[in-house]
Amino acid sequence: MRRFAGALVELGGPALLVVAAGLLGTVFSHATQTYFIGALVNVAIVVALYSFIGNSGVVSFGHISFVALGAWTAGVLSVPTAEKPAIMPNLAHGLRTTTVANVPSLAIAAGVGAAFALVVGLPLMRLSGLAAGIATFGVLEITHNVLRYWEKIGPGLNTFSSVPETTGLLQAAVGALLAVCIAYGYQRSRFGRVLRATREDPAAARAVGVSMYVQRLVAFGLSGALAGFAGGIYVHLLPLNTEALYLNLTFITLAMLVIGGTTSLLGAVVGALAVSGVDSFLANAENGVSLAGWNVDLPSGTRIVVVGALMALVLILRPSGLTGGRELGLPRRPRIGSAR
Amino acid sequence: MIAVLNIDWQTLADAVGLGSVYALMAVGIGLVFGVLRLVNFAYGQLIMAGAFALALASQWGWPVWAGVALCFAAVLVLSALMELVVFRPLRGQSPAVMLVATFAVAFLLEAIALIWFGSLGKIAASLAYLQQPVTIGGVDIRKIAIVATIVAVVCLAALVALLSRTNVGLQMRAAAIDFQTARLLGVRANRVIGAAVLISGVLAAAVAVLLTVQSPLVTPDFALRDTILVLAGVVLGGMYRLGSATLGGFAIGFASGLLGGALPTAQSQYLPSFLFAAVILVLLVRPQGLFTRSRQQAVERV
Repeated sequence: MRRFAGALVELGGPALLVVAAGLLGTVFSHATQTYFIGALVNVAIVVALYSFIGNSGVVSFGHISFVALGAWTAGVLSVPTAEKPAIMPNLAHGLRTTTVANVPSLAIAAGVGAAFALVVGLPLMRLSGLAAGIATFGVLEITHNVLRYWEKIGPGLNTFSSVPETTGLLQAAVGALLAVCIAYGYQRSRFGRVLRATREDPAAARAVGVSMYVQRLVAFGLSGALAGFAGGIYVHLLPLNTEALYLNLTFITLAMLVIGGTTSLLGAVVGALAVSGVDSFLANAENGVSLAGWNVDLPSGTRIVVVGALMALVLILRPSGLTGGRELGLPRRPRIGSAR
Repeated sequence: MIAVLNIDWQTLADAVGLGSVYALMAVGIGLVFGVLRLVNFAYGQLIMAGAFALALASQWGWPVWAGVALCFAAVLVLSALMELVVFRPLRGQSPAVMLVATFAVAFLLEAIALIWFGSLGKIAASLAYLQQPVTIGGVDIRKIAIVATIVAVVCLAALVALLSRTNVGLQMRAAAIDFQTARLLGVRANRVIGAAVLISGVLAAAVAVLLTVQSPLVTPDFALRDTILVLAGVVLGGMYRLGSATLGGFAIGFASGLLGGALPTAQSQYLPSFLFAAVILVLLVRPQGLFTRSRQQAVERV
């Protein structure tokens, strides 16, 4: 009973935060609402990052390539056929004639993300240490490069316009909630626990017969699916191009995860919401905003400066992040006669 | 093969020049990694700062030597600040934390440059005459390719002398092998790390001078792509020895210059894909590095 209650509290914290952000968004005007929607999409991306990085302890710079691929998949599939020749004149024939609805496009995006992550992970998860970090970076570079120039599968250098903008507050909140629930289900499962064990002590995990390679691969595939799904939601929110799905997004989402706390789902959600909040406020201020009678007009680039400084500060002062890398929990029962 | 790829002497010389510049960057990154076990993602932003110093100097009409002096001063001050404000508090953290932290510093510096100088960038034109070709034995070769190669050779020779002949060099080599034991034997941590960071800063300033000749337009993301490539090259060569790291940097610069110059545009736009695919392939076969002999595996997690 207590174990069940504990699980409910652990999942409840992040899930309630997502729901609260969604509900809070409804009371604001349309212009402000977009910030809430953006924040919820960020939650989905950061949760995808977390489900691999947090559980395995391996930093990946390559996850935005799965987001990008998911965005490309959902985008190409859901642009109405009549408008395809205008924005994607060189599209491959099969893609030119098919169009799918909103929800199937998200599902396919998740599937493509998972498939790509598994294919990439098959060789990559054999690596460890710096080699793994650089190799995931290589994946990001390759994906960015190919999506940018291969016009048979997307708009290439152009911006992805005419994708139906179905991601409102509802879709963003439901999507983020779904990502949170899946990530939580994984982390409570046998696979999640075993992977965490390899993170804490690789040698001990190996000694009890755990294959670090297989466990990392499972997590990589799952987080690839979540990332592809998040990319699908993202492309339904606003017109994207390859530059929007590259280094800056990699940086900002990693910053969110690190600031919140890499090793907990709560940290991923808190980090994504907190940094999105700061970021949207600054984005607003970069366009000029009056705050309590002051006219604030920040130069463009301030957002990255503030987020970068925040991230460096958190890493130096509190390397485990705002949440300390812990989930919410029930208060511990005092143990009678315990030494501590 | 030569006919297919359309390689001429000019391309070859440029490739050697680019390889030399990347080799210098690899040394700069490898030196700091040796003593701190920290991969400095923000190395490119040091170069960017030096390049902006050169651009400002040329905008103000300063003579070349004053511009170069300003460049070295700017990069060295920034290196020292980076060590004091970021590296020192992070010392002893896990490699993953340090890598992500320097990733943050890189973006921070880039954004500061964006605010300061705008996204359009500035032109550093005072050394532009080095772009002109010189004819050697009937072959036209750009002066900068020759200058870059000579600068790299001189810097590497000076560094080898420093590492093998001086006391601080000996201490740096000892610290790179085993920092704890070196400290027990009387090596001062701050002194060795400070020396490594400053030398790496000097190399960054030299690279800034060379790179601004090759691409005079200095933007906030100047040298960012080069840094990513060099990092890949350093890991490819073998991070744990300075020599193999340098070779790795040279190799990826040479390959990049050669293919970039030789391939037609339709293919050369996919050049980053080819390079990184090659890097990943090599890492799969030899995760410990291409130019290393030992079979020891990198065991830490990043």
